[in-house]
Amino acid sequence: MSQMETAAAVPLGRRIRRLMSDQPLIPLIILLIVLVIILQILRPGIVNERWIANTIKFAIPLAILAACQTMTMLTGGIDLSVSTVATMAAFITATQAVAHDPAVAMLIALVPALAIGLANGIGVGIFRVHPLIMTLGTSLVGVGFLQVYQRTVIATGTNIPASLAWLATGITYGIPNALLLFVPLAALIIFTLRRTGFGRLLYAVGDNEKAARLSGVQYWQVILALYVVSALLAGVTGLVYLGLIKAPSLSLAEPLLLPSVAAAVIGGTSIFGGRGGYAGAIVGALILAVLTTLLTVLQMPEGARRILFGLIVLAVSAAYLRIIEDR
Amino acid sequence: MIAFVHRQSWVLGLIVLFAFLLAGTWAIQPDYGAGGVGSLVRAALPYAFAVAAQTIVVIGGGIDLSIAAMMALTSVTAARLMTGASEEFAILVVPLVLLLGLVLGAINGILIVITRVPDIIVTLAMLFVWQGAALLVLESPGGGAAEWLRALVVGTASMPGVPEAITQWIPKALVLVLVCLGIVWIPLHRSRLGLSIYAIGSSSLAAFRSGVAVERTKIASYAVAGLFAGMGGLALTLSTGIGAPIPGPYLLASVAAVVLGGVTLGGGRGGLIGPIVAVFVLRLLRSDLTLLAVDPNVATIVEGTIMVIVVMLGAFIAMRGRTS
Repeated sequence: MSQMETAAAVPLGRRIRRLMSDQPLIPLIILLIVLVIILQILRPGIVNERWIANTIKFAIPLAILAACQTMTMLTGGIDLSVSTVATMAAFITATQAVAHDPAVAMLIALVPALAIGLANGIGVGIFRVHPLIMTLGTSLVGVGFLQVYQRTVIATGTNIPASLAWLATGITYGIPNALLLFVPLAALIIFTLRRTGFGRLLYAVGDNEKAARLSGVQYWQVILALYVVSALLAGVTGLVYLGLIKAPSLSLAEPLLLPSVAAAVIGGTSIFGGRGGYAGAIVGALILAVLTTLLTVLQMPEGARRILFGLIVLAVSAAYLRIIEDR
Repeated sequence: MIAFVHRQSWVLGLIVLFAFLLAGTWAIQPDYGAGGVGSLVRAALPYAFAVAAQTIVVIGGGIDLSIAAMMALTSVTAARLMTGASEEFAILVVPLVLLLGLVLGAINGILIVITRVPDIIVTLAMLFVWQGAALLVLESPGGGAAEWLRALVVGTASMPGVPEAITQWIPKALVLVLVCLGIVWIPLHRSRLGLSIYAIGSSSLAAFRSGVAVERTKIASYAVAGLFAGMGGLALTLSTGIGAPIPGPYLLASVAAVVLGGVTLGGGRGGLIGPIVAVFVLRLLRSDLTLLAVDPNVATIVEGTIMVIVVMLGAFIAMRGRTS
């Protein structure tokens, strides 16, 4: 798309390109708007207030998980245990809320998240295991625990706390309630990454680990804190997603895993670390949510939909890389 | 000799571990015999091919998340082509499916080279594409497989001149996997291309400066991985008799076995023997836990924990080796 515009306005072309590479959010937002326009053309009238609220509702869990991926990718890692952590939190909340107060149930549900985050942090930070392997391993262990746990609560039934349902599906004055949670959370994450010491440490470790170490950064402390935060965010996602889907199962959040990585990548975070930010990932999550509706509206067979999804993710990442490389 | 032991210490360690597990199996179940070994090898068959595919890509400095999806696609293609077809037609199906695997892998490689997007992202996107294609070929599990092909993986190999007492310990599936992997791996390992794959995995810049065609080598490594995935898909169809469009748990298992087998993620180091032995270690561990009457879900926990601990230990030893 940038090339089209460049060709149309030759004297301006350079400036537009530079603007795009300086403000990587602009091309992403343009893509998002283009997708919405295509949707509107294909199904006139579909884009209304209710649809927008719905899309945002479904994009929020994905966007929070994309935060986990963005932050871990900034250090050159990746967290593939997020979907398991989210599923565990959701399933445990739903089953514990039968006997306990919802708030207690949610706290209990965040304990495994904390444990998995600690394990990931220790493995990656201290033992220097590759993050891909470490998080895959802990997620395997988590799935096992969840299946054993399910056996113990098979007779208790489930109860979805009303507060979670309100938070995830409720709409007040046309605005989804989930934004009450998400806007402060996103602001906090963006602020942390851009303005605080911890955020700078993440970029430093990902950009050049050796240099960061030599400047006195305690690598393992940064990584441990990072993976614990990532797991806790994934746990919170699980709670929100439970309120949204209202049907706890052992594979509840599994379909969100690969899209969360895709959202972070589309959002311009480099998987090798040191470059990127969360604002892009939020737009990336919105793009994926709109894309999903678009592909559903087209009424294609499931197989064709997946093919298109994969190709579009690849095309967007490739185009985006070109724009950023112009810098 | 000492140098050899030192160089292969990881693989030898794995073989010792395998022997211990086997001894443990006999301790648990004294009548665990040829039949048990046969079913172990049959269960490990698709895993072995998936791991071989992952190994070659990882040695070349990449990673392929789409292996399980490629296996699903080649498996359903084989099953679809063989449904209702004559037994002779299957002779054509086998090379066709292998060629398909090679092409799928090459497409992965070409996309990585031309888009310059990191391997992990490209193969993640292609995972969706191949999975979707598999669903288009066959919507639900079905299809068929030629009987003579299925006979290739069932039962034991009989060789003229070798007593039954020995041949009953050699399942056909084991011969099949060794022959298929050997035919591709041994010439590759000795060729210029094989050396180039190690070179680009070790340092693509240094390889480029020494005159290695980095991009062509990368595509070749993915293409060979695709070929192995095609073999894996075929093996899946042969051992189950049908094709299933939903990818099995081979992605996770392949990455785990590659690391357990002593191949460094990041590339340039390791061989194929380590990962293949690692596959058998992991499968045997699984069947040991089943024999111990451990709840399969608890077995998942144990398996995962052992995997994590082994990898942690390996990383720790490697770290010690680097600093000393």
